[in-house]
Amino acid sequence: MEAITGKNEMIRQLREKILSMEGFNVGDDSRRLDFGLGAMNAAFPGGIFPVGAIHEFSSPDETCAAAANGFLSVLLGTLMKKGGICLWVSFNRKLFPPALKFLGIEPHRVIFIDVRRPKEVLWVMEQALKNKALSAVVAELRDVNFAESRRLQLAVEDSKVTGFLHRRQPRMENALACVARWKITPLPSSANDGLPGVGFPRWQVELVKIRNGRPGIWQFEWKNEKLYSVQQSTALSAKSVKKQRKYA
Amino acid sequence: MPKRYLYIWFGYLAPDRLVKINPELRNGPFLLYAAEHGRMVARAVSPALEEEGITRGMVVADVRAIFPDVKVFAAEPAAEEKLLKDLAEWCFRFTPTVAVDPTDGLILDISGCAHLWGGELPYVRTIISRLRKGGYSVRAAIADTIGAARAVARYGNELIVEAQKQSDALALLPPVALRLDDVTLQRLNKLGFRQIGQLLSIPRANLRRRLGEMLLYRLGQALGTERELLKPVQPTPVYLERLPCLEPIRTAKGIEIALERLLEMLCARFFREGKGMRTGVFKGYRLDGETVQISIGTNRASRNAAHLFRLFELKIVELEPALGIELFTLEATLVEDVSEAQEALWSMPGSNQTAIAELLDNIAGKVGAQAVHRYLPQEHYWPERSVKEVSTLGEQPETEWRTDKPRPLHILSRPEPVEVMVALPDYPPKHFRYKGEIINIVCADGPERIEQEWWLQSGPPRDYYQVEDENGARYWLFRLGLYGDRKPEWFLHGFFV
Repeated sequence: MEAITGKNEMIRQLREKILSMEGFNVGDDSRRLDFGLGAMNAAFPGGIFPVGAIHEFSSPDETCAAAANGFLSVLLGTLMKKGGICLWVSFNRKLFPPALKFLGIEPHRVIFIDVRRPKEVLWVMEQALKNKALSAVVAELRDVNFAESRRLQLAVEDSKVTGFLHRRQPRMENALACVARWKITPLPSSANDGLPGVGFPRWQVELVKIRNGRPGIWQFEWKNEKLYSVQQSTALSAKSVKKQRKYA
Repeated sequence: MPKRYLYIWFGYLAPDRLVKINPELRNGPFLLYAAEHGRMVARAVSPALEEEGITRGMVVADVRAIFPDVKVFAAEPAAEEKLLKDLAEWCFRFTPTVAVDPTDGLILDISGCAHLWGGELPYVRTIISRLRKGGYSVRAAIADTIGAARAVARYGNELIVEAQKQSDALALLPPVALRLDDVTLQRLNKLGFRQIGQLLSIPRANLRRRLGEMLLYRLGQALGTERELLKPVQPTPVYLERLPCLEPIRTAKGIEIALERLLEMLCARFFREGKGMRTGVFKGYRLDGETVQISIGTNRASRNAAHLFRLFELKIVELEPALGIELFTLEATLVEDVSEAQEALWSMPGSNQTAIAELLDNIAGKVGAQAVHRYLPQEHYWPERSVKEVSTLGEQPETEWRTDKPRPLHILSRPEPVEVMVALPDYPPKHFRYKGEIINIVCADGPERIEQEWWLQSGPPRDYYQVEDENGARYWLFRLGLYGDRKPEWFLHGFFV
């Protein structure tokens, strides 16, 4: 019995060693952060949400972009819980700062950088990612190529700052050197105890790609400053297909 | 030691300043005006125009009627004030205590200074001739008291009033020389007092009863029985370092080394004095007589040589060395105090404020300072006004961020008009058309009526609806105006998460 536990422990240690060699942060710091993702944690390498890495979000239209920014802000809220400042770099920003409060972020702890040329987003993000004093860096832009994303990843590996790269309406979905690729789509909210009106926001969170993890699809509801896992039938896809046919 | 004061009166400060800028105006008729009660009134008149009988206080239109070719310029009181302060700083070569007498005089405390110039007469003559050479028409006088020196400089024609002789010097001057208010002056005029000497022979009690305490006070100041304090001008310290080169520098590496050395010298001084740089200019004087320069700004005062070097480094390529640069200077044009212990603005484990401020400086240097934004809540319901921008890292919100009413995560900077189908007035729309696509609304919340803040702006109110379509996308729509008076318009203003 003791031999088995010893072997398990050894395997666990080896696995952590490999992960840390690959650039994942497996230190105590990341263990303590609970992103409230529940069952989804199993999909991540080592069962921990990878901080100190670049996460890519990609949204094809305006409504998905709002949903992705919403989900991203929830993750950001957890990263900033200990206090700290986050940098939000964007070209053509639409974010309304007071709304961040609904997602668990103090809006005055976010510094917005609004650049005039799209290329500058990457420069600012790289500079920011090298700065260990920041909690996280978010960048919103349209297109980024593989080489540029690799520079960001290298910056992150040194400073252990978490970066979010949000691609809005990208021209093509090329591969990037990011640890994870997410796709967030809004889901119809369910009526609140049969009351009329709009319910709590719901998202379909699709982990399209995760290095050393298992991709999958999850559904979450943001309620009372917490993420709740919800089950919704696949009626969504049927509906969207119908819609496309109708107005194509 | 008995006090001695020198008063310098710049009779035509504003016109002289203008002539120095536009030399072709010299000896020409021109005036400077300021708006007053909806009229343009002459504030200062050139000597040539004054000879023609035009005085300050006349309406510009009247002057134009008399002299159609008169040139008029807007008065710049701030620039004149600055000029006077600069002149005061120039006077530090004659005495350490210089005060400004607004709006056109300087008071110098010359006690114990004049003998260095070989007596009071050479002293005052040196000052007057140097100022006149500089293009200013000045008159000056030395006396035991500020009041007497001022009165003699402006209304008398002596250069020096002997010690304890101020009552003799004042006797023949008009009462206006005493810095009195208009009401007292008018009363004195009515009573027939044309000279200060007439006042001196009247018992003080009578003067006080008839003309008030102020007259006695001013008289006392001029005669030396009342004390008068000076508010000396504080010299602004110059943070400037120079680095001459043995050989002209032509390479970028050489410029970098020069910059590093200058920063080292300047930062050492900053550390001694507890200061930091907010803006700085790095200049190179080229062999061909041209100067080239780059400047930087920081978000908070910094005396970190490495950080400042990084800010300059981004711009070194802009320096054109041409034949070579033979002298480098580095000047901190705006200097602020640096608090020794950086106060904790946000409790941040393992991170510091300075690192972030330096990062922001870097970013501002590359993409422009207007790119950096930080927001605080503002107590307004109108969504566009609910946040205010702040430029510092330290400022904290005075009010809470509100979460009682829904606000969208994405907002359109300009609400976009949409076509809607509404079943009943005051109901949310059934569907709306946005970018050529019809969006069916499944459920909705609202309306939340937001009225215009009448003290800022008038117009129809907005009725906001939070609506959700069949895919779960949530929108923020509003109707501008009420039903009834005219057809209300609908707009899309944002996207919820």
